[in-house]
Amino acid sequence: MFTHDIILIGGGGAGLRAAIAAAEQSSKLSIAVVSKVYPMRSHTVSAEGGTAAVMRDTDSLDLHAKDTIFGADFMADQDAVEVFIKEAPGELIQLEHWGCPWSRDADGRVSVRAFGGMSVDRTCFAADKTGFHMLHALFQTSQKYDNIARYDEFYVTSLLADDGKVRGVAAINIYNGRLEAIAGKAVILCTGGGGRIFPFTTNAAIKTGDGMAMAYRAGVPLKDMEFVQYHPTGLPGTGILITEGSRGEGGWLKNKDGYRYLQDYGLGPPTDTPVHRKMELGPRDILSRCHMQEYAKGRTFEGPYGHYVHLDLRHLGEEVINKKLPFVRELASKYVGIDPVYEPIPVRPVVHYMMGGVHTDMNGSAPLEGLYAAGETACVSINGANRLGSNSLTECLVFGARAGRAAVQYAAAQGAPSSQRLEALARDEQQRLDRQFLRKEGGKEKIAVIREEMQKAMEDGAGIYRKEEDMKRTCQLLRELRERFSNIAIEDRGDVFNTQLTAALELDFMLDVAEAVAHSALNRKESRGSHTRTDFPKRDDENFLKHTLAHRTPDGPRIDYLPVTITRWQPEERKY
Amino acid sequence: MNGTAVRPDKSKLHYSKMPPTWWLKKPAYLFFMLRELSSVFIAVFLVILLAQIHQLTKGPEAYAAFVQKLSSPGWIVFHITALLFALLHSVTWFQSTAVVMPLRLGERELPRNLVLALNIGAWVAVSAVILILFLALRG
Amino acid sequence: MAEPTITLKVARYRPGKDSAPTMQTYSVPYRQDWVVLDALNHIKDQIDGTLSYRWSCRMGVCGSCGMMVNGVPKLTCAAFLRDYPSQEIRVEPLAHFPIIRDLVIDMSDFLDKLKSVKSWIVRKVEKPVAEGEYRQTPAELEAFHQFTQCINCMLCYAACPVYGLEPEFLGPAAIALGYRYNMDSRDQGKDLRREVLGSHHGAWECTFVGECSEVCPKDVDPAAAIQRTKVDLAKDWFKSVLLPWGAR
Ligand SMILES: Cc1cc2nc3c(=O)[nH]c(=O)nc-3n(C[C@H](O)[C@H](O)[C@H](O)COP(=O)(O)OP(=O)(O)OC[C@H]3O[C@@H](n4cnc5c(N)ncnc54)[C@H](O)[C@@H]3O)c2cc1C
Ligand code: SF4
Ligand code: FES
Repeated sequence: MFTHDIILIGGGGAGLRAAIAAAEQSSKLSIAVVSKVYPMRSHTVSAEGGTAAVMRDTDSLDLHAKDTIFGADFMADQDAVEVFIKEAPGELIQLEHWGCPWSRDADGRVSVRAFGGMSVDRTCFAADKTGFHMLHALFQTSQKYDNIARYDEFYVTSLLADDGKVRGVAAINIYNGRLEAIAGKAVILCTGGGGRIFPFTTNAAIKTGDGMAMAYRAGVPLKDMEFVQYHPTGLPGTGILITEGSRGEGGWLKNKDGYRYLQDYGLGPPTDTPVHRKMELGPRDILSRCHMQEYAKGRTFEGPYGHYVHLDLRHLGEEVINKKLPFVRELASKYVGIDPVYEPIPVRPVVHYMMGGVHTDMNGSAPLEGLYAAGETACVSINGANRLGSNSLTECLVFGARAGRAAVQYAAAQGAPSSQRLEALARDEQQRLDRQFLRKEGGKEKIAVIREEMQKAMEDGAGIYRKEEDMKRTCQLLRELRERFSNIAIEDRGDVFNTQLTAALELDFMLDVAEAVAHSALNRKESRGSHTRTDFPKRDDENFLKHTLAHRTPDGPRIDYLPVTITRWQPEERKY
Repeated sequence: MNGTAVRPDKSKLHYSKMPPTWWLKKPAYLFFMLRELSSVFIAVFLVILLAQIHQLTKGPEAYAAFVQKLSSPGWIVFHITALLFALLHSVTWFQSTAVVMPLRLGERELPRNLVLALNIGAWVAVSAVILILFLALRG
Repeated sequence: MAEPTITLKVARYRPGKDSAPTMQTYSVPYRQDWVVLDALNHIKDQIDGTLSYRWSCRMGVCGSCGMMVNGVPKLTCAAFLRDYPSQEIRVEPLAHFPIIRDLVIDMSDFLDKLKSVKSWIVRKVEKPVAEGEYRQTPAELEAFHQFTQCINCMLCYAACPVYGLEPEFLGPAAIALGYRYNMDSRDQGKDLRREVLGSHHGAWECTFVGECSEVCPKDVDPAAAIQRTKVDLAKDWFKSVLLPWGAR
């Protein structure tokens, strides 16, 4: 057994920020970062466009708060948003001190760019590889803390709770297949989102909602899971993201007639240079719906991977593209054979981000003693029904740091975990894995088949447009898939680097997360933010200005609700 | 403590060795080996040059006899080879200079090939001047 | 008409079972827009669930999926089947690294090296966050920007014969990262890094084969970083010899 004070699950933006925050509290504390991939492989690495904070005199905290709350369709907790906005600038400056190579203005200040739904330029960026640079800066900086120990390529399978308190985790050492107990006084989940429950997503293979499912199984409710963000501009086929930064720099969306169709949906008037919150700089949920309506009108292109529109960057010119959007050029050239300097890029909406997650307060504390969560896996909530682009990297930093500090404070008052108890719990977990996977004979179902059917069910029932009977069918299908999963076939019985076992465990987690999403969606009988129901097309503040909480029961999720915290911004109609 | 806490069990890893013929696998590797080899030829050439100078101190006959020996076909082949190697060495040297010392014009870095061309141009010019001086002094 | 197919020869190594890697042959569909990684995923999902390899982002930025494709180090998520016109593609683990299993190599040594060059901003005195950002002009950023692009994919190590012969060699990416921090206007740690970069297994061990920069998928140009590090080291040495009275 390994023992530490604080255990981080996840080495992405949130996990590393939390680890450093905890490590800085005292050099006597021992911090473990447990991650199923080497930290710099975490999905934060893929984030492109930028990270938002009030960095200029022309901006104000209230304005950023208002944009965020408005973007969230009033589902964000306004006290949390205010904390977030206030601490965001300091976090970005801290990252600057840690070496992040931000793009700069001529006077040496960190540059800012426009982003969807933001009313001023406030998104800091490092060309169009912001997440990559953030993650590497955090990872490299984390190396200088002697009290951070990394468990690289350890797959956490469950939280170990003793006496109603989380006291550690059970994790498979992927190098030798051994299940280890890692004990700690507090555990922080920073396991990222779960976009892989959908077939077509910008999310990396590792984004399987593990942390959400682990908390859910430990009795913690998942909050606002019905809110799944579609990003309007992914490459057809692969789902590779073309950053919103490309529209922030002035890119245009055009239908098959070469017409900037967003003007038909109340986002106009079209202008040559970008105007904040208008046209292509509208929020993601609205832009994704506009795409679907264009499709319904027969005004999109048709390709081997379905309908798409054009993202036109040609008028920006080669120089701007090379300087501000080099990765977009690289990705489009490589993966669809299109050089955006000369041709428009084919794009379509694609699943991108989960607003929902583990229910926490604004210190990252979950309603289970000793458990914290931060980053995409948590729902504080500042993102409400629709996250604004470039708020989530900042969220990882602000709430990662807060959770790290809060966990240290909590841990200070805790005694050492009982190793006997934890080892017994780990043995139970080992038996479960043996029974379910490693020593099970005669399984028939293929992992890939169940995964694909789950993804299809999610797209059909919980996509951009949702309606009662589809969602019911999806909920039904997910139950059946859960049944079939118990008959899963594992051919690989090797100890070392058994990726079939981890794939099965990921699918196991995804099925839980998918069910929470589908049931939360079914029960929200209104349209708000990313959650659009054709049978309830209006927002209904009377009945649904409240957070969904999904609790796990043997028969599927049980749904209840929690009020949204409103402080200074009263709900109004969301118009751009 | 800091860093990777648990590592793969070394006894279970497979370590592969580079085959002795690794440098034949890729033109770049072969080129590299030739460049390394070039130093041998250049060293031998320098030893001969020293010997030649040494013969000068022994008087005109000894020197003539030495030069006579050097004009055998074998030695001529050697000298041509050494010259080619010297050229190879010089070109790769200039290539590396282009990498090591990038030239900037305002914000932009000049293309490496241009820097290389400038270097080689200067080298050819200097060599030409030396050759002309040599011919002029002789004549 | 039957779907066109292509043959993948994939290296297998099962520790405890195999004494050395063997090649296993799979036939996979040939699709214009498939990369080698898609073909491996097809094998794993449809043909043989026991094949192990690393991948994640599928967009060339996480650095997980480096392998030898027909003997050349490549990101398999950026290596298109269509670029290999022969009917057969050979996929092996990255050269020069110990193999854990199948296509998975041990990279812990590489991580130690990244850390050994003190790859973080070193300051004599930290500036408090309240005092705001360090100013850095676009030109100052330009001086090191290229060397921040490294995704730690280790293709350069697999291409470097010096590393193949001498695993102690600090290697291209680690030296480039050290150089990156040395060149950052915010950093003051050059003196600390000299010890590692200038050590026997540091920059001087490089004989400038140049293949690291050839295979680098992100145009980091580690070879340039190494050669410039040598020049810096030499300059520092001269200064220390010629100006022994602390005039440096
Ligand atoms: C393509 C793309 C572009 C984006 N661009 C932007 C942008 O421009 N601006 C912005 O603000 N946001 C952006 N986002 C969103 C943002 O990147 C993510 O929300 C954020 O990076 C999530 O960080 P995280 O630390 O929560 O999780 P991740 O970075 O996903 O890290 C999760 C970590 O958890 C670990 N983990 C997971 N499960 C387990 C387990 N079972 N055992 C052990 N370890 C585990 C993983 O190994 C990993 O280290 C983008 C997202 C995508 C997909
Ligand atoms: S320098 Fe290039 S090849 Fe080497 S690890 Fe970095 S990105 Fe990969
Ligand atoms: S899968 Fe991330 S670089 Fe290839």
